[in-house]
Amino acid sequence: MPQLLLELFSEEIPARMQGNAARDLERMARDGLAKAGLISEGLKAFAGPRRLTLVVEGLPVAQSDVAEEMKGPRVGSPDQALDGFLRKTGLTRDQLVERDGLYFGVVRKTGRPTAEIIAELVEQIVRGFAWPKSMTWGAGKLRWVRPLQRILCVFNREIVPLEIDGIVAGDLSEGHRFLSETRVFRARDFDEYHEALAGHFVVLDVEERKQRILEGARTLCFARGLELVEDEGLLEEVAGLAEWPTPILGDMDPAFLDLPPEVIRTSMRTHQKYFAVRKPGEPGLAPHFLVVANIEAPDGGKAIAAGNAKVLSARLSDARFFWDEDRLGDNFGRWLKKLEGVTFHAKLGTMAERVERIAALAREIAPLVGADPDKAALAARLCKADLASDMVGEFPELQGVMGGYYANAEPFPLEGGRVGMGVAASAGSSTGRAPSGTTSTPIPDPSPHQGEGSRAEIADAIRDHYRPQGPGDAVPTAPLSVAVALADKLDTLVGFFAIDEKPTGSKDPFALRRAALGVIRTVLSGNFRVPLNSTLAAALFGLVYNRGKVFSVLWRFEDGGIATTGIGAWEDLFSDRAVGLSAEHLGAEGRGWDESQQEYDGLSPRAVVSDLVAFLADRLKVALKDQGKRGDLVDAVFALGDDDLVRIVARVEALSGFLATEDGTNLLQGYKRAVNILKAEEKKPSALPTGAPSRAAAPAEEGALFDALTAAGPKLDAALAAEDFTGAMTALAALRGPVDAFFEKVLVNSDVAAERDNRLRLLQLVRDAMGRVADFSLVAG
Amino acid sequence: MRLNQYWGDQGCVILQPHDEQVGAGTLHPATVLRALGPKAWNAAYVQPSRRPGDGRYGENPNRLQHYYQYQVILKPNPANMQDLYLGSLRAIGLDLKLHDIRFVEDDWENPTVGAWGLGWEVWCDGMEVSQYTYFQQVGGLDVSPVAGELTYGLERLAMHVFGVDNVYDLPFNDPASPLGAVSYGEVFLENERQHSEANFHGYTVETLKRHFEDMEREVPLMLARSYQNKALVLPAYDMVLKASHLFNLMNARGAIAVAERASYIGRIRDLCKLCAQAWVDQQEEAA
Repeated sequence: MPQLLLELFSEEIPARMQGNAARDLERMARDGLAKAGLISEGLKAFAGPRRLTLVVEGLPVAQSDVAEEMKGPRVGSPDQALDGFLRKTGLTRDQLVERDGLYFGVVRKTGRPTAEIIAELVEQIVRGFAWPKSMTWGAGKLRWVRPLQRILCVFNREIVPLEIDGIVAGDLSEGHRFLSETRVFRARDFDEYHEALAGHFVVLDVEERKQRILEGARTLCFARGLELVEDEGLLEEVAGLAEWPTPILGDMDPAFLDLPPEVIRTSMRTHQKYFAVRKPGEPGLAPHFLVVANIEAPDGGKAIAAGNAKVLSARLSDARFFWDEDRLGDNFGRWLKKLEGVTFHAKLGTMAERVERIAALAREIAPLVGADPDKAALAARLCKADLASDMVGEFPELQGVMGGYYANAEPFPLEGGRVGMGVAASAGSSTGRAPSGTTSTPIPDPSPHQGEGSRAEIADAIRDHYRPQGPGDAVPTAPLSVAVALADKLDTLVGFFAIDEKPTGSKDPFALRRAALGVIRTVLSGNFRVPLNSTLAAALFGLVYNRGKVFSVLWRFEDGGIATTGIGAWEDLFSDRAVGLSAEHLGAEGRGWDESQQEYDGLSPRAVVSDLVAFLADRLKVALKDQGKRGDLVDAVFALGDDDLVRIVARVEALSGFLATEDGTNLLQGYKRAVNILKAEEKKPSALPTGAPSRAAAPAEEGALFDALTAAGPKLDAALAAEDFTGAMTALAALRGPVDAFFEKVLVNSDVAAERDNRLRLLQLVRDAMGRVADFSLVAG
Repeated sequence: MRLNQYWGDQGCVILQPHDEQVGAGTLHPATVLRALGPKAWNAAYVQPSRRPGDGRYGENPNRLQHYYQYQVILKPNPANMQDLYLGSLRAIGLDLKLHDIRFVEDDWENPTVGAWGLGWEVWCDGMEVSQYTYFQQVGGLDVSPVAGELTYGLERLAMHVFGVDNVYDLPFNDPASPLGAVSYGEVFLENERQHSEANFHGYTVETLKRHFEDMEREVPLMLARSYQNKALVLPAYDMVLKASHLFNLMNARGAIAVAERASYIGRIRDLCKLCAQAWVDQQEEAA
């Protein structure tokens, strides 16, 4: 069957766009052909530095003919109508048939040649291609990612006649820019094309290019007793930068090995697109690099290796300059000062303000995760400082990592007493401590924590507080790191929720979903007991406090009243009557009233916190679903209003185990039946009977249920108090038999009012007992 | 010299540097203004470029606050412009079978003149030796036909050709000259030192600011004047260049807060747009 080969040959296509371009080309071709009724046996697209190629196997030479019956005028219509129909269809009178008093004619449409359709489709593809960025060139109007030079388009070994903005399609293509002697070659089908490309030093398939790089690189390294530091993203990129990728091992001046390995690797990767190399089994890097060239040079790549080594030296000299400069003098103090001029978000203040909030929050969280509050506050205060360092300015991806190194290196002023002169200390503490009355308190003297152990802990916390940075990244585990990591993420979440920048649909510009999942994973992996409501409330209070620059905040109540609430009493603000902050009074007692306080007018702390808890619940649901847990069980547990993630997950797990047993499923049915009866009763004008049921002498099943409930109560109490949720489920399981028997033998809706009331009271007890474990009404099934 | 010879042979007008202080060869009116309008234009020239913030007191082997760019502008860009460019590398002695030349995505933009384009940095053995751009907009106006721009960092290229690691070691005359060898450092090192100090600490911020505001006021006034029915675009554009350099100096002096930066850039861009529009109007009237 005939084959289509299309190549769009251009100037160098950015590496990052090639993968999508191949996928788009494949999709557009498949859709276009299908729309024309042309079904192929197979279709594949390739993308490389200078070409997009499409091969479609097994296309018909033409569309199939179609016969279509068309309805004509009524029999006996005037001749004019009939003539019109004949003209329109190109038929003659005797080709028409009469049916149901109407004329019908069958029109045969000959299928169009596939080549014609291809010509139109290629033009559509070229003109409609969705490059992330495209351009015009010369005097033309056509848009492509870079100037389009040639179109090769052959179908069934024939050139498809087509022309787009002066580019006439042919059967010519070009080989490698430097290695191919003749450059131009002719191809009439994919085999010829593929073979010619290989002969002209072009590897068409990106997977083959990657393979060639990896194998070549590994061989070169192995021969020198080295090992490649593999990097999938970099491999993908360099495979998009060379048509004839040729790995070359170069030497790096070993003097640079005193730089942190992350710095060397990042410099190699981002500036030069080199792979790093190490000695197997040894820490750090080896003094070499692996560059992927686009040519095989007659000198074996010596000149290329030497040239690249020189550039790398210049790059690493720059890095060393940053490394040296960054470690001078009161570096952290200098950086913290600079953060005062860096805006985090227009509505959330400067980075310095954010740092204050994180430090205050870290202090709150520290005791919950077994960390020292003062150390946590200090680590938090220092955790963003490296953003102002030269090195992180150059390599943003080294944030945290550099802070960790710098905190470990002299002259981090642990020994010197005070860090960050002039940086306002946060008093957004919710421990009830009165504010000091000044916002320029220097960071407390950290001397009590002096010592290398403390320094290392703080450095690790600075380094790890961004973690986990993605689903594959490890969570922080050291208590100090956990405190800072949680404070960082919770401040982000609370801040953006408070200014109503919540993620919607696929949009999550501030990566709040990632932050939420990071909180969940960190808390769960360490079994940390962090009550979400009060912690989020503390974070929110810290935000308002810190942005409002006030010492007490005034809250507006439902009845229009306004109350002053001092720091430390933020729990009161979540009383049912408090509906929002009051801008008119915000700042009245503090200094430095400014416009920013307007942002909090009418902010409802309760709404922010409950929205955030719901957001976290949602993320938890997603995370648990990935582990095969049911989302409805998470809802059933969250409905209890618990805000302790560890306890919630323990409940979900126990519940999940219980519902997998026969007792569990049966009891669930019994529960639903009970609830339905109670709901029906609740709709009646007569209220549900209140009070405790009494033990009925008869029927026996009613008495037995009373006994079972009486026995289960204390067991449930004990198990729940001990957070033994499996035990709680076992206690519930004991109800299953009596509940089943009760429904089987006892008619709730007795004619005797006293009997009926007692039975309804029993059912309420069942509902309440089970409701202490989970909201079973939200469980599906 | 060899680049002049080469591009002259390709039919380019060989120009001299523009005598205003500019941050890049692109800002020469032969590029910014001539890129606009329907007329074909092919030119090449050397342009001394000043980047006040890049001063390193002569202590960095390849960072300078004053250096030379070689600039080529081809409008409309010929279809074989990449080949012409590679030819120029051969012309200055690069063996393209021995050295690894790469076109690496780099989309150029210069917000102060409202210009952007798509193209590449050209790498030779991992070193950026040129910037290659197809202009799409200048002064906020579409560039049609498209102009192709090549910018060569002359010091870097020379370092590569001479195999020198430090820019100040570059020979500046024939080392065998009877008058004695002169290095780049002997010519420029003291210049770098003094200007670095002036850029970072020397200039009086208030004066720079006042001059900037003077230029800002003068540009529209100049454009309102005309000679032989043509607005005085060229003198006005020179004042835009002055404003742009004053901004760079203020920036190096640390006198511009992060939040102000965008507004200054916007002010320069607005001035540049006025000139660009006036230029295009003149071009279209003439055509």
